[in-house]
Amino acid sequence: MSVQSAPPAQNESWLYRKATSNWQARLQSLYFGWLTFATNPLALTGLLIILALLFVAAFAPLIATHDPIAQDLTRTLLPPGPEHWFGTDQVGRDVYSRVVYGSRITLYVVFLVTVIVTPIGLAVGTIAGYFGGWADTVLMRVTDIFLAFPSLILALAFVAVLGPSLENAIIAMTLTAWPAIARLARAETMTIRNSDYIAAVELQGASRLRVIIRHVVPMCMSSVIVRATLNMAAIILTAAGLGFLGLGAQQPSPEWGAMTSSGRTYLLNAWWLVTMPGLAIATVGLGFNLLGDGLRDVLDPRS
Amino acid sequence: MAVKIARGALTYALTLLGLLLMTFVLGRVMPVDPVSAVVGWEADRETYERLYREMGLDQPIFVQFWRYLTSLASGNFGTALRTSRPVLQDIANVFPATLELATVSLIFGAGVGVPLGMYAAARRGSMLDTIARFVTLAGYSIPNFWLALMGLLVFYGWLGWAGGSGRVAIYFEGIVPARTGFILLDAALAGDWEVFRSGLQHLMLPAAVLGYASMAYITRMTRSFMLAQLSQEYIITARVKGLSETEIIWRHAFPNILVQLVTILALVYGGAVEGSVLVETVFAWPGFGQYLTNSLLMGDLNASMTCVLLIGFVFVTLNLISDLLYRVVDPRTRS
Amino acid sequence: MSSTPAADFLPQTGQALLRVQDLRVAFGAQRGIVQAVRGVTFDVGREKVAIVGESGSGKSTVGRAILKLLPNYARIEAENIRLGDVDLLNADEKAMRQIRGRQISMIMQDPKYSLNPVVSVGRQIAEAYRVHHPVSARLARQRALEMLDAVRIRNAKAVYDLYPHQISGGMGQRIMIAMMLAPKPRLIIADEPTSALDVTVRLQVLAILDDLVKEQGIGLIFVTHDLNLVRSFCDRVLIMYAGRIVEEIAARDLDAARHPYTRGLLSSLPRIDQPRERLTVLQRDPTWLDAVAP
Repeated sequence: MSVQSAPPAQNESWLYRKATSNWQARLQSLYFGWLTFATNPLALTGLLIILALLFVAAFAPLIATHDPIAQDLTRTLLPPGPEHWFGTDQVGRDVYSRVVYGSRITLYVVFLVTVIVTPIGLAVGTIAGYFGGWADTVLMRVTDIFLAFPSLILALAFVAVLGPSLENAIIAMTLTAWPAIARLARAETMTIRNSDYIAAVELQGASRLRVIIRHVVPMCMSSVIVRATLNMAAIILTAAGLGFLGLGAQQPSPEWGAMTSSGRTYLLNAWWLVTMPGLAIATVGLGFNLLGDGLRDVLDPRS
Repeated sequence: MAVKIARGALTYALTLLGLLLMTFVLGRVMPVDPVSAVVGWEADRETYERLYREMGLDQPIFVQFWRYLTSLASGNFGTALRTSRPVLQDIANVFPATLELATVSLIFGAGVGVPLGMYAAARRGSMLDTIARFVTLAGYSIPNFWLALMGLLVFYGWLGWAGGSGRVAIYFEGIVPARTGFILLDAALAGDWEVFRSGLQHLMLPAAVLGYASMAYITRMTRSFMLAQLSQEYIITARVKGLSETEIIWRHAFPNILVQLVTILALVYGGAVEGSVLVETVFAWPGFGQYLTNSLLMGDLNASMTCVLLIGFVFVTLNLISDLLYRVVDPRTRS
Repeated sequence: MSSTPAADFLPQTGQALLRVQDLRVAFGAQRGIVQAVRGVTFDVGREKVAIVGESGSGKSTVGRAILKLLPNYARIEAENIRLGDVDLLNADEKAMRQIRGRQISMIMQDPKYSLNPVVSVGRQIAEAYRVHHPVSARLARQRALEMLDAVRIRNAKAVYDLYPHQISGGMGQRIMIAMMLAPKPRLIIADEPTSALDVTVRLQVLAILDDLVKEQGIGLIFVTHDLNLVRSFCDRVLIMYAGRIVEEIAARDLDAARHPYTRGLLSSLPRIDQPRERLTVLQRDPTWLDAVAP
């Protein structure tokens, strides 16, 4: 038997006392989760980056210095300077303001895709895992077929079919992103499928839908949240790739990938046209990755 | 055992069938009129309708699908719009360029990624571990097309070390007979070392960019595999015997992760094809990725759907090979 | 397996083979420091010494601390740890590598996990020898075959090429013994070597270990929780509780043990020659946490 030399915390605050209600327990675990998260400097950096993204997108008109689509043919291809912090492009638009407004598009894409994909993936995965049998086989075959393609190429194919536009790009990415969540949810569901507490709830007469929604789904949530956050980085990269190929938001929209593409012709003379939007993509991608890793350490430490 | 094989084969076949179905549907949904694509817009009604019936577009959808399957089975993947050549031939022409790129990028990715991952795991919390984590993170956050452009800017534009776009300098194009389709091999076979050098110079940058993403993935997976091994009892036994860190890592831990590494390398190879789509565009590399992109952008039905189908097929097969490799090579599953 | 007083096995100089003085091991965990070993002192000569304790008593930690096999977040402090005149306490990693295997070996608990699954067992034994005796592969293989014979494995040549998953537990432990004795160490630490084996196989394996150890005059530290086992197998017994040694006694005098913890352990063991209505349950006394062996 070993002896602790540090006495346990004598803190009598409401957060440390033994929980007496559901929501007190939840808030406590949220609080302790936050403490773990906050001791991780990388995770905090990720969180800061994302918060900065949200801030910039929300207050874009205040943060930008110029109108993002206003052209000025007398001031084309100016290098970064005091008036144009990131320089100007080939038709005289201010690159900095375009990057700032581009954050809105990025956020829009990431948010929409995640919000659509997560419920669908959860639904498909939990149903397949819970019911097993035919439902499982059919759903998994469909998932496998989608997973058989690298996501960029599948998204490319879908956008080519649907026509180039931001909305179609979002639809295409949604179609490529849901299988990963579905697989994950199914794996989680299958681990708890045969536990005693699920059996207990079923014996009490809970309908299958209730069992899934109130008991199975909450168990999947931690890993799904982590996965979804990490996916956001991948979504940003795919969206930028589609934009680069001209399949996303169309001109004069300041989408970061499209900006990189149009700046390509002037790469050697006006390096800022390509560098700035790309840095923005990389930074935001980094932010989501760091955030996702940090969340994983808190929510899913065993993986 | 036989049941398992049968079930695996059935799954594989079903997935392939689903793939075919998906590409068929995609092809039919494309907003391109397949008849006009062949005869042009000015054709008269009679020609149009004749071709319409010939192509079987008046038949019910199931019959069309069946015709699609049978024509694929007989090796007829249609004619490309742009080149008016059979699509398969086009693909055969462009594939070696991508293969060469993917192979070199894999050598780079694994050559750096595996040792990095292994030592990062062995020296947890050290500077090396931090570097490895940083490399991995960057690989998942930096868009590859942007890295390619930055690489061109710095190493070609500013430093002049790497070649520009294309597989060789313009004045070397077509000089060496294309026996294998791999510039390096062809130049070596022909004994033309200037072309070889130019080819290498042009290969380095795209391969490094493509390899960077795979390096990030390989480093992360290797590190994770190694960590799982290093916490095992047999590692302590090895330490008890008095072995050094190098001996333990390479002689004991490494053979235990070899199988897992090989399986992910198969997947990484496939991932390189995905990466090549954008990287080839930046470097004007005449490979499969560029072919696919151009076909899709131009609405070339036959070419793009065949490309998509081919990639799906390659991925599904690579996954299958990965699974098989895992079962076959692990001595624990033998006997 | 007769037991003889410790003094008969000490080398001429009167110096013990292994000398440990005031060993303390602490692990730095997230919520404070855990003291696993709290001041342990003992000597080992060319004899079989048992360290007996329950889970968490620190017995395994002592063995691993001697060989410096503990993770980085463990802190080892002592007044003295030496093997003969070799200072183990202040030895750096390079020095330890010379010591491990050649001077001190350790037999691990479960051969299913402690043997490398993708290397043949014979090669693992040969490697143990080759690390400290640079000879050709053929000579190392020969030595490995000799060791396999020494642990009474019949078809040595065939067994050499087997993989760990193809052999039974008893054979695996014999191979582990062969491997750890191959480089001819002076001291062996056996960390619960029979706990993972079937009861019927245990005595066989112990018999082999006993013969080899006696033959080569090797000191043995036998870490276990099984008091019955050590009664007949070992010369001396050290009882550990809560990181300290609470009793040190010759094996044959075990029944005359004085510390209440030892007495409690003894009386809770079933004995076929002394049937009782009820086995007593050990009652823990908090004063034992501070008690030290006289």
